[in-house]
Amino acid sequence: MTPEEARGVVLAALRQTAPEVDVGKLDPDAPLRETVELDSLDFENFVVQLSEGAGRRIEEDDYPRLATMTECVRFLADGGDR
Amino acid sequence: MGTGAGSGVGTTSFTMPVLGADMESGTVTEWLVGPGDTVHKGDVVAVIDTAKADIDAECLHSGVVEEILVPTGRSVPVGTPLATLRPLPAELRERAGEGGGRPARRERGRTGKAPRGAPTGPLVRRLAQELGVDLAQVTGTGRGGAITRADVQRAAGAEVSRRREPAPPEPVQQERVPQVPVPQVPVPLEPVPLEPVPLEPVSPRPEPVPRPGERARGIRISPYAARLAAELGVAPATIHGTGPGGAIRAVDVRTAHAREVEAPPSEAIREAVLEPMRERPVEAPALPAPRRPAGARDLQAGARDRIAAMRATTARLMARSKREIPHYYLSTTIDLAEALGWLRGRNLELPVEERIVPAAVLLKATALAADRVPEMNGFWRNDRFEPAPEVNLGVAVSVRGGGLITPALLDVAGVPLETLMARLRDLVGRARSGRLRGAELAAGTLTVTNLGDLGVDSVYGVIYPPQVALVGFGRVVERPWAEGGMLGVRPTVTATLSADHRASDGSIGGRFLAEIARLVARPEVPGERGVVG
Repeated sequence: MTPEEARGVVLAALRQTAPEVDVGKLDPDAPLRETVELDSLDFENFVVQLSEGAGRRIEEDDYPRLATMTECVRFLADGGDR
Repeated sequence: MGTGAGSGVGTTSFTMPVLGADMESGTVTEWLVGPGDTVHKGDVVAVIDTAKADIDAECLHSGVVEEILVPTGRSVPVGTPLATLRPLPAELRERAGEGGGRPARRERGRTGKAPRGAPTGPLVRRLAQELGVDLAQVTGTGRGGAITRADVQRAAGAEVSRRREPAPPEPVQQERVPQVPVPQVPVPLEPVPLEPVPLEPVSPRPEPVPRPGERARGIRISPYAARLAAELGVAPATIHGTGPGGAIRAVDVRTAHAREVEAPPSEAIREAVLEPMRERPVEAPALPAPRRPAGARDLQAGARDRIAAMRATTARLMARSKREIPHYYLSTTIDLAEALGWLRGRNLELPVEERIVPAAVLLKATALAADRVPEMNGFWRNDRFEPAPEVNLGVAVSVRGGGLITPALLDVAGVPLETLMARLRDLVGRARSGRLRGAELAAGTLTVTNLGDLGVDSVYGVIYPPQVALVGFGRVVERPWAEGGMLGVRPTVTATLSADHRASDGSIGGRFLAEIARLVARPEVPGERGVVG
């Protein structure tokens, strides 16, 4: 997945999870959960969206690598490998 | 309420229900039935817009709709008759449960294949459609093999429990998408209202005995009116009774209450909120927050007013709680290492969309503990504690954009953790998209607040009257932990209890909190029903 595709997936997932937020204007390096006010259920929803968009399973152990939009994009673009 | 004075013999009314102790008025936004339709106890007959959410309101009587008295779009006070019902023909009455006020759940256990032509009401068909249940596959347990709502819900439940099948996907990713029908997780029974929803002529539970003192002072008041008075916070001595011999009837309580309630705010709320709400697309309740980060859209006037209305109802209810309830507070810190380890393993096996969050474990433990320490589960009414027959766990849900709503997970003490998680997901999703069922808002027996997601260590909550306890969980945080003479670092959570000192003492509250801690710390208890299994 290219970074551009990954960015599309992340933005779509965020729009779905927090429809009232203009995700285009978010600081890509701000902590996502605090900034968009995602509780644990919201975050699970977000991960479900990412999983579907990326076409692969994301484990709970990967959650620390999904802290900001930039990190989410990097994570998806890398295919989850470090 | 119920048997309406001045109507024909045996005619009953469907009235604006009290959907939670903080509701004063509501607006029918949609009628699901019309004159001539047969309805059964427990059928959803209307969608009602309160200050907090759109609610599917159940009818508490069976009968044939005679007349719709209040059209959609008009705000009316609670207790206002909305429609009149004619009694069912005699041969249908017994099946409908009108015979002796027996609880609707008695339908359980009977079986019998639905013969061709067994009556299936329009509402049952609608429910089946909503839940994606094929009626041809459902075994009817009603008289003559008729399929009841309970049958459909059970069939839907069986559907949900076959998890590995490519069943209809969990609605997770769609929770906030407008107009997507969210599959309702089945409510296990026809909801039996626990709050004094003023529609029920025959109470599902014994009527509380009126205060002896009241009779001694010569105040005559019907048990229901007494309960309502306690509920609305109206002193019986201040009420003018219009019943036989000056007895106070429910209607008198409401009249007195209406006098006490400051008319301007509710009037203002009605005008400011309900009017714009009617204009807003029904399916677009997503509310921007006042403290949104850069990128947030501007608040729309209607949304702002709606937030103001929620603020007002919360303010009134919490002020009443702090005024009337002598709270006491306890706390304990729980080692979560074992529970989180178990969850991690379980979630590796589960599909991503069925993952269980730690909050579900905390809720399950609370429900089990409430089942074992019943003094925490119920209501303070008429100067005494009334235990509730089942655990309906109110869950404090913050609505995106502001405001708080506490719908209940009904009868959760016995459900498996996975089911509880699915129901939680569904309930929170619907709470935020504004489609809850009346019973979910009115039937909570104990509330849990989980502010951990906001990053605080512990929360000492305010009890939701007339409940007698509230459990709070802070965030999961690593702490130094001493055990067996060793010091280590463990993930922990601080559980707190706010309890009503009129209903219980600290020793009982302590037992309850300790039970929660024990269940959370050891999710799998050999030879015992624990959080898991």
